[in-house]
Amino acid sequence: MTRLLAKWRLLLLCALLAILPVALAWHLAHLQVVPGQERGYDFLQQQGQSRTLRQEKLNAYRGMITDRNGEPLAVSTPVKSIFANPQKIAVQDYPRLAKALGITPVELQKKVGNNSDRKFVYLARKLPPHEAQKITELNVPGVGVEEEYERYYPAGEVASQLVGFTNIDDKGQEGMEFALDNWLAGSAGAKHVIKDLRGNVVKDLGLKKAAIAGRDAQLSIDLRLQYIAHKALKAQVEARGALSGSVVVLDAKTGEVLAMANQPSFNPNNRFNVPLANLRNRAMTDLIEPGSTIKPFTVMAALQTGRYKPETTINTSPGYLQVGSKTLKDKHDLGVIDLTTIIQKSSQIGISKIALDLEPNSVRDILHSVGFGQTTGAGFPGEGAGVLPAHTKWQPIERATLAFGMGMSATPLQLAQAYLMIANEGRFQNVSLLKKDPQAQDDTKVQQVISPKIAHQVMDMLKTVVQPGGTATKAHLEDYTTAGKTGTAHKVAAEGYAENKYVALFAGMAPADNPEIITVVVINEPTIGSYYGGEAAAPVFAKVAQGSLHMLNVLPQAKQQVASISNYQP
Amino acid sequence: MRGPAPDFVRRMPDGPENAKRGAHWLAVMRLDPWLLLGLICLSGFGLTVLYSASGHNTNLVERQLIFFGLAYTVMVGVAQIRPAFLERWAFWLYGMGVVLLVLTLLVGVGAKGAQRWLSLGFTRFQPSEILKIAVPLTVAAFFSVRHLPPRFLQVLVCMLLILLPAALIAKQPDLGTAILVAVSGLIGLFLAGLRWRYIVVTLLLVSAAAWPMWNYVMHDYQKQRILTLLDPEADKWGAGWNITQSKTAIGSGGIEGKGWMKGTQSQLDFLPESHTDFIIAVLAEEFGLKGVLALLACYGFLIVRGAIIAWQARTTFNRILAGSIALTFFIYVFVNMGMVAGLLPVVGVPLPMVSLGGTSLLTLMVGFGFLMAIASDRVAGAP
Repeated sequence: MTRLLAKWRLLLLCALLAILPVALAWHLAHLQVVPGQERGYDFLQQQGQSRTLRQEKLNAYRGMITDRNGEPLAVSTPVKSIFANPQKIAVQDYPRLAKALGITPVELQKKVGNNSDRKFVYLARKLPPHEAQKITELNVPGVGVEEEYERYYPAGEVASQLVGFTNIDDKGQEGMEFALDNWLAGSAGAKHVIKDLRGNVVKDLGLKKAAIAGRDAQLSIDLRLQYIAHKALKAQVEARGALSGSVVVLDAKTGEVLAMANQPSFNPNNRFNVPLANLRNRAMTDLIEPGSTIKPFTVMAALQTGRYKPETTINTSPGYLQVGSKTLKDKHDLGVIDLTTIIQKSSQIGISKIALDLEPNSVRDILHSVGFGQTTGAGFPGEGAGVLPAHTKWQPIERATLAFGMGMSATPLQLAQAYLMIANEGRFQNVSLLKKDPQAQDDTKVQQVISPKIAHQVMDMLKTVVQPGGTATKAHLEDYTTAGKTGTAHKVAAEGYAENKYVALFAGMAPADNPEIITVVVINEPTIGSYYGGEAAAPVFAKVAQGSLHMLNVLPQAKQQVASISNYQP
Repeated sequence: MRGPAPDFVRRMPDGPENAKRGAHWLAVMRLDPWLLLGLICLSGFGLTVLYSASGHNTNLVERQLIFFGLAYTVMVGVAQIRPAFLERWAFWLYGMGVVLLVLTLLVGVGAKGAQRWLSLGFTRFQPSEILKIAVPLTVAAFFSVRHLPPRFLQVLVCMLLILLPAALIAKQPDLGTAILVAVSGLIGLFLAGLRWRYIVVTLLLVSAAAWPMWNYVMHDYQKQRILTLLDPEADKWGAGWNITQSKTAIGSGGIEGKGWMKGTQSQLDFLPESHTDFIIAVLAEEFGLKGVLALLACYGFLIVRGAIIAWQARTTFNRILAGSIALTFFIYVFVNMGMVAGLLPVVGVPLPMVSLGGTSLLTLMVGFGFLMAIASDRVAGAP
């Protein structure tokens, strides 16, 4: 019996000693060798990799924005951002980390301790490399560094609304930065790294995908002209106590925007506490009533009928005109005047009488064909299209008021675009915010809207506006001939036209004989001095046009003539 | 037991003088060459893995090396003790161990919510380690003077001797060590010839007691460990984290392994307890299945050698003690590996000879010293 038991005992022991290790070895072998997606070797290997193998983002360099001469408007510089994993950062590291960051341990505690449920917080964004190095040298577990790019705007407030800006993550938010985001942004790359439990990069396994740098963009604006426009506008808006203002300068040949300034402005490099209204590129987003600057287009409609000539006279006496229930007025009784004088003196009665004599739709058709009521296609975020009324049956008062730019709205850029047609002998083309390649074939769609002859006739009328007797003698330049038209519009308030709020406008071109630039000036709600376009807006035109033409090396004709007459010796 | 010796020379009385003359120096030192070979292989293997698992911490490995030196010295010293002497002093060692355990519960120090150490001022130690030695020693001594197979009353007394220290250790709480101490004693009881009906009845009683144990006695963390074992995926990020991580490390090693110091899971701190209880996962990741099998072979060699020594032992005490030590060693290895591989609950048992830790190493080597003493006792000292 004892022997049997002893044998049984021995057998059991031997069996256990044999079976258990085999079972263990088999289990381990199962984990290590048997393939399988669910629990096997492949799964576990992939699990292991998923714990250590990480993809790191490689930020792409954002393309530069320059002006037409290559002057930088927005540039990216490499900087470093410090981030932390709040779950892996130790409390005893707070003091030295806070010291390196230049904040108090309490502030750091707020950033890190209060985010303990998160795995990623930025501690400092966009530090210069040498400052970031101070922090990375501490080797605090749970703290990492990321390469980023910081956007800098060398032109500051001068072109801020047009150029726009990016957010802290390098994404375009406003202006051309936003409009051209895809072009500028490039695409982020990635690299594989091995990270330990604390998130420290242990080994760099190399690039997975290279970051592709964004492309540069060249705007059509000329920074020198932009400075001139900015300076003149800013001075006038301040001097006249105006709410805001815009200046647009176009290249009269190509339709490229050479300058686009707005007031009030902001510094894109420090956007702390900037009122949102200052961010607006008013020249393209804000709608105004163009007022009398529309009159030349009414005259065009008249001249196109063949029944009117520049010398055709209209009786504007007695200085007021009853249209429907409304009474239209001129400043003075101008008597019997011709079409040129109607433009020169900006007669409401004269232009209204012409309009009422024309086909109901003819003025509207001209305005439509020069781009009013449609966006310019320049591709700017938030661009206004304006309103151009279209009636199947026109009331006389609607026909009369449209003739002098009431009951419609437009952006300053649309107005400049319309005047571009006059300068180009009746050929309409859209404006461009991007520089056109002078070598390449210009594929801009050009449309002959009126005959060159009529365009010349209107141009001659516009020249008289700046001459003695005209409404805009202050737009007269010493060195160059100019042509243009003033406008003064009542501002629209909630209950119709506001009594004391005006918009002063001037749209013009120079030199008048062979225009190089179109310039539109808008001064919104001037409160000091005269609110008339000829007083509030025309002086800015003079400064901008004179400065721009000098800068563009346009031969000063007026002086040349003077010199030849008097044998002037410099 | 010696078989019949055919020739005259072998019949000579093998007194101490005769044994020493012309004998190998290992025999003189009372060291078993096979055990020693196995232990040295294992130590070398262990230190290599430890160096990697500790993140190339030379200080830590140096300290462990010093412990190894100390442990080998103690083993050689213990090997000189005659088993008869051990038999006489077994109960005293046991009594001292139990007193220290009680002291630990009263004035002990601890970490992570467990009170396991006694502070001596300059150092501290775990009295439970003494019991790992004392319990098999006591069981062997208890049965060496009694008639075998043991009668019911003897079994009962023996069970009390085993369960008293086990309960005290479990109270610390240190479930892993408690189970190992109890198992080491139960192995002795089993080897002493425990009748099978006792085993069957006990198993039935234990199964019957399992339900109230689960509901009223077990700590939450113990239940959690068992639940985690049954389904580690259910709580991947909490309780099952250790096992999920160790399985991942083992599995990603493959057959060949990633190479020494190249395991990502262990080197990058994803594997918890990588240089103590879970060190086998480091070995599995870096040396692959080949390394694991090599390590298992080392352990198997030691266990088989221990079993042979027990088989050839001269007295009941020697036999039971040697058998207990060899089988307990087997249990240590199996429980640790099973735990890391996800077969057994995570109970906090180090991998013998490989995991970092001085005390457990010392205890192990005392056990091997006993084995060597018993091995020498086989051939030396005539009855």
